[in-house]
Amino acid sequence: MIEVTGLTVRYGGVTSLDDMNLTFEQGTCGLIGPNGAGKTTFFNVLSGFVRPAAGTVRAFGVDLLSMAHFRRARWGVRRTFQTEQAIEELSVFDNVAMVHEHSKLGAATRRKDVLDAIEFTGLGAVAPDAKVRTLTAGQRRLVEVARAVVGRPRLVLLDEPAAGLPDEESSRLADVIRGIPEHTGALTILVDHDMSLVSACCATTAVLDFGALIASGPTAAVLRDDAVIRAYLGVA
Amino acid sequence: MRDTLIRADPRNASRNASRPQLIRMAITAILVLFVLFALPQLLSLYYIDTMTQVAVYSMVTLALGVLVGRVGLVSLGQVAVLAIGAWVAARLLFATTQPYPLVLLEAGLITMAAGVLIGLPALRLRGLYLALITLMFAGAITVVLATVNFPNGGHGFTGYNGSLVHIPPIRRPSIASGDPAYFRYSVIVATLMFLLVFAHIKTRPGRAWAAIRQSEPAALAAGINTWLYKLWAFALASFITGVAGGVLAGAVHYLYSIGFPTQDSITLLAVTLMGGVYSMWGAVVAALLYQFLPALLNNWGVSADWLIILFGLGVLQVLTTAPAGLADQVPKDLARLGRLLRRRLRKPAPGSTE
Repeated sequence: MIEVTGLTVRYGGVTSLDDMNLTFEQGTCGLIGPNGAGKTTFFNVLSGFVRPAAGTVRAFGVDLLSMAHFRRARWGVRRTFQTEQAIEELSVFDNVAMVHEHSKLGAATRRKDVLDAIEFTGLGAVAPDAKVRTLTAGQRRLVEVARAVVGRPRLVLLDEPAAGLPDEESSRLADVIRGIPEHTGALTILVDHDMSLVSACCATTAVLDFGALIASGPTAAVLRDDAVIRAYLGVA
Repeated sequence: MRDTLIRADPRNASRNASRPQLIRMAITAILVLFVLFALPQLLSLYYIDTMTQVAVYSMVTLALGVLVGRVGLVSLGQVAVLAIGAWVAARLLFATTQPYPLVLLEAGLITMAAGVLIGLPALRLRGLYLALITLMFAGAITVVLATVNFPNGGHGFTGYNGSLVHIPPIRRPSIASGDPAYFRYSVIVATLMFLLVFAHIKTRPGRAWAAIRQSEPAALAAGINTWLYKLWAFALASFITGVAGGVLAGAVHYLYSIGFPTQDSITLLAVTLMGGVYSMWGAVVAALLYQFLPALLNNWGVSADWLIILFGLGVLQVLTTAPAGLADQVPKDLARLGRLLRRRLRKPAPGSTE
């Protein structure tokens, strides 16, 4: 569970998030809105890349904003990026193991967790010691997802994971995303412009526009909401 | 399925190195043994001294390669760091009777401390600004050295006595007082430094550096303390350069501030890029370019100043066509040439009946 109150982020004179209040309970939640609505900024606040001007973020009872960014990842805030950021020169295994190396678990357990994560994302057919630079774009996305779900993440943030993927790979990714809460127990937040992916994965969805929440609730109802259609989806 | 996965796990693989890895290790070991035992027999004293310098500067380019190639930090102050190492070693060698390896270690550690102090504020900067700050630092060190000079056996903290008529040379280890022996000593120290870097690259710091170089946000999102690992790289590079300074002090016997000009840091970066920053062989190639090539030209009576132009062209070539440097490009080109020759030889001569 994550509770956001009064979150405000300004870049110079531009207000990216404006006194935003939002709660995500559990499972996979969607976060949608037009470009520039503040979705990625929200992720950047959660993962510690952006310091908000005001507001609080509590995740599972913990004050997230007081934690250093790299510690948040170790604590369990994991994310993927809009432009895929798997480390090219490292192997699939090392890419996934990187975030899990900081846990206090034994080496054998850690290795098992990493291989589990790789298998969970459907990358099992790829050799774990294959270098990421030899993989396809879709497989690289999956490496990033594997890195986000390895071990015991608490919060998984997926920033347009299906962007630029062919339909076939996109639907495979949807299966993986749907499985994350059950596989890891983590609260998963999905940002994407592909409404079929959002409807397929998320029971609840929140909509941002100009840095403020304009709707939230069950996905189907939100997508029928007049304000959402006006601001984002356009007239059907 | 799980079984194949575990067998393919790189951590298991690293325990039993693969065949090509073993072959590469064997070739490297043979090469080091050749350099240690055969090379001094084959070379004149002039070239033995030159090769000692190559060993020293291979450590410097190795350290710079770690910063530039592994982490993506551009430093233009490495000659100043080398000067600090040489200064500390010279002072310790005059003031104490400690064994040489201990002095090298201390020179490395003290230089590391200095490097970290400079690195702390500088690491908030990247790219051009970091390069600029380190260049300024190099300039500042040059000015300081011109004033206090290198220790020459005099008394006091700086150990410099300008009025001395007889200046004692900086001592060498008793087991390596002659030039060929000191050359071997330098190669052994350099080999240890290469192993130190190798151990870093193959373990957690190496993976963290790779992540930082490609994308700092991705590294942070993977829980890597990027600040710490960048500082670590700075510390490691300073340590190795400090040790190199200590070896240099014994190699040349006398140190002068004029021997560490600021602009040499720029040339050093140029040859390091030419040699190749992504492979440790690149450091050896860079040191050969930096020290062996000028010695060769001098011996032939050609001014070594021409090399600046060559290095300029070389960097241009590397940046445009071979970002991994000569260490990567030359073996590939040779393999291509070999394939071409084989194809030519296999092709029947024109006019022959088939």
